[in-house]
Amino acid sequence: MTASRVIAAPKAWFSARPFRVHPWSALVVSITGILSIPVLVVFGFVLYPSGVTWDHLVETVLADYVLNSLSLMLGVAGGTLSIGVITAWLVTQFSFPGRRIFIWLLLLPLAMPAYIIAYTYTGILDYAGPVQTVLRDAFGWGLDDYWFPRIRSLGGAMVMLSLVLYPYVYLIARSAFLEQSPSLTDASRLLGTGPLRRFFKISLPMARPAIIAGLSLALMETLADFGTVQYFGVPVFTTGIFRVWFGLGDSTAAAQLSALLMTFVFVLIVLERWSRRRARYHHVGLRSRPIQLTPLRGTKAVIAVTACLLPPMLGFLVPTLQLGYWAVLTAPEMIDTAFVKLAIHSFGLALAAAFIAVTIALIVSYGKRLARTPLPGLAARVAGMGYAVPGTVIAVGVMIPFAWMDRTLDAWLHDVFGVSTGLLLSGTLFTLLFAYTVRFLAVSLQTLEAGLSKITTHTDDAARSLGYKPMEILTRIHIPCINGALLTAILIVFVDVLKELPATLILRPFNFNTLAVRTYELASDERLADASMSAIAIVLVGILPILVLSRAIGRSRAIIH
Amino acid sequence: MVRGISLVTALAALLAGAVNTSAAAEVNIYSARKEALIKPLLDRFTKDTDIAANLVTGSADALLKRLEMEGMNSPADIVITVDAGRLHRAKASNLLQPVRSDAVTGAVPEQYRDPENYWFGLSFRARPVMYAKERVGASELSTYEALADEKWKDRICIRSSNNIYNQSLVASMILANGVEAAETWARGLVQNMARPPQGGDRDQIKATAAGECDLAIANSYYLGRMLNNENDPGQRKAARQIAIHWPNQKGRGAHVNVSGIGVTRSAQNYDEAIRLIEFLVSDYAQAYYARSNYEYPVKENVHWSETLEQWGTFRADTVNLSLLGENNAAAVKLMDRAGWK
Repeated sequence: MTASRVIAAPKAWFSARPFRVHPWSALVVSITGILSIPVLVVFGFVLYPSGVTWDHLVETVLADYVLNSLSLMLGVAGGTLSIGVITAWLVTQFSFPGRRIFIWLLLLPLAMPAYIIAYTYTGILDYAGPVQTVLRDAFGWGLDDYWFPRIRSLGGAMVMLSLVLYPYVYLIARSAFLEQSPSLTDASRLLGTGPLRRFFKISLPMARPAIIAGLSLALMETLADFGTVQYFGVPVFTTGIFRVWFGLGDSTAAAQLSALLMTFVFVLIVLERWSRRRARYHHVGLRSRPIQLTPLRGTKAVIAVTACLLPPMLGFLVPTLQLGYWAVLTAPEMIDTAFVKLAIHSFGLALAAAFIAVTIALIVSYGKRLARTPLPGLAARVAGMGYAVPGTVIAVGVMIPFAWMDRTLDAWLHDVFGVSTGLLLSGTLFTLLFAYTVRFLAVSLQTLEAGLSKITTHTDDAARSLGYKPMEILTRIHIPCINGALLTAILIVFVDVLKELPATLILRPFNFNTLAVRTYELASDERLADASMSAIAIVLVGILPILVLSRAIGRSRAIIH
Repeated sequence: MVRGISLVTALAALLAGAVNTSAAAEVNIYSARKEALIKPLLDRFTKDTDIAANLVTGSADALLKRLEMEGMNSPADIVITVDAGRLHRAKASNLLQPVRSDAVTGAVPEQYRDPENYWFGLSFRARPVMYAKERVGASELSTYEALADEKWKDRICIRSSNNIYNQSLVASMILANGVEAAETWARGLVQNMARPPQGGDRDQIKATAAGECDLAIANSYYLGRMLNNENDPGQRKAARQIAIHWPNQKGRGAHVNVSGIGVTRSAQNYDEAIRLIEFLVSDYAQAYYARSNYEYPVKENVHWSETLEQWGTFRADTVNLSLLGENNAAAVKLMDRAGWK
């Protein structure tokens, strides 16, 4: 039983028939092709001239945008990696008090929208907030008598985003650690290797694709974030895009900025792929027994508990308590029948979007694997870039083709049959769900690919030689094997849609609100206390599936055996 | 997976049912004014007229983009924004049509509506200077221009230049003094900022109360909401330490903008749309703006709330609000050059 870097076999099983277009490949290309339309529409704006605005941007603020976006990404990368990987490693390799609780507690910040945590911490830590006021009153300090970190700053944004985004890394790294064969660590233990060395030499390198997948999700989310950076007054790409669009009224230049942002992401993805080159990470063989947890005692146990307690405490418990306090004050005004409807809308949309996105991602990732040619992979990459683009921009990319279709169909029917259909798709939930799929395809795809990459292609070959059809291999071998990854993907998309705001805001039908919309409207109107009730509801609605799925993901390890 | 699909179908049915509205007469609204600030009025309108009011809220630019994309098939009859610039932009993009209603034109003074009646202000919002009563005397304050004076170094709090209220304010400075003078002013203001621009208007007021700065530039209704915040005694206390100074009273007056309304060119419910606008300029609705959100009614002789009465009357800048919209881009570029984050 070994895990090894296997060089990809250059000849796939279908290469004997080179002239046939593989049906899975065609399926993947058409699905991802359709899903790429919004991204391509945004890219299409590059062709338009927008000289004046660009000259102005280059002269004044563009350097700031690039520099701040890069620093923010670096900071969030550092934060999410160190929190996510360390905690995932601790809960999968060691036993210490509260470990079972930490396993799911560490996930909870996932339910916390970034802009909400930003608002909450500002309320607590700002100069005018309770902490600094108490300090000033207690010590008789004035404005210049003491130093306190400014929460609303680039550094503050890094901390806020890291606190809510590390679960992406944690979640995926944890399942990667769980799926690692314990015999490797056993062997190294027998050879006298200490736990730290084992971590750096074995566990970490083996989990690398999964960790990178989680990290890239966190970073794409960072690039797409608007609420936090806007509130903190940090000029980055997203705030720049909206400034150019709303302030200068130049939607073309805004789309071009978005295209630049996507190029940014594309280069990152290519770099990462290149650094892995053609190495593949498979487990050869299956595990036969669970990981032996190393017990921690004394100081080590205290350190482990602290390391696992701090992230969920800061990323979830503290802001939730603050929100809860506000919610109690405002509950009588804010809870009504409309509120229940909001929760149902949010829950339903999130669930529907999660199933759609994960089903499509499953087809795409499996088709890519079968095809083993670059085109489906490339198409999937392009479609997945929607995750790094601010939701409003993607929403416009969705709106343009749908409105065009509606208009064309209407005009045609009008000419031929003399009837008008009006708008069939624009302004419906279909458009909204399509936008969600575009925006969150990357999430489900990354997670599933990380899962699938661990099943060696020899398994497929063996199954083929036993007469299995590709569909049977998917349903009878792959799906059971990547059960954990599937559930993880559903969970992440669900929670992401629950928190999603900009696309929902612009694409939703009449009289259709969600918890995120309500929260944002009140919070952006600087009525944070009033917003707290719906913010808490997002968190609560999000926790339920997190708990259920977290258990299922834990159990899924057993299913593999 | 099959279970999953049937679940999705069931949910889709549920969601579809939730959005299905059926009423004989209806009016469809794209509103940049937040739901909480418009829905109570719409509910009242529906109750009075039996016309259902369907609402989508969002940022004005995004909604205008949606309107533009949907073209003549758009279901929207009405656009509501929180600044005149956007309405002006909508008119310029050929998205609006004139409103023919004597009741409306009679109620809204000329300075708060489009010369060709393409859009109307519903309430106006003032952006005065606020000061910490303990540390600043009213006599030290005069005009917006004077805020660039060195004596205010490190003493002023104002939010980011991304914000439309600041963009409008700077546009009004451009109109009053020209681009060059406005830019020099903006540079001076940036020098005088007590901290990098951050947070919202309410945060500037709080920071002033806490002593991080001595002056704040903020829309007056934020102070009104803080003064009347029943849930947060801390905000009430902070707000009571702050007083309002109406700038430029000997000149053009304090900067104001409107939240306004227009009828879309594609409106399929034109009559209902007009009835809604007529309702929104009625005495009842106009007083509601003052009472619920401390904005100023555009209609004259409408009862102001107690808070507004306390702040007193003031001279408001009478510049044509369309011009603010036209100068918005110039204002943004100017602030970029001046280093106003």
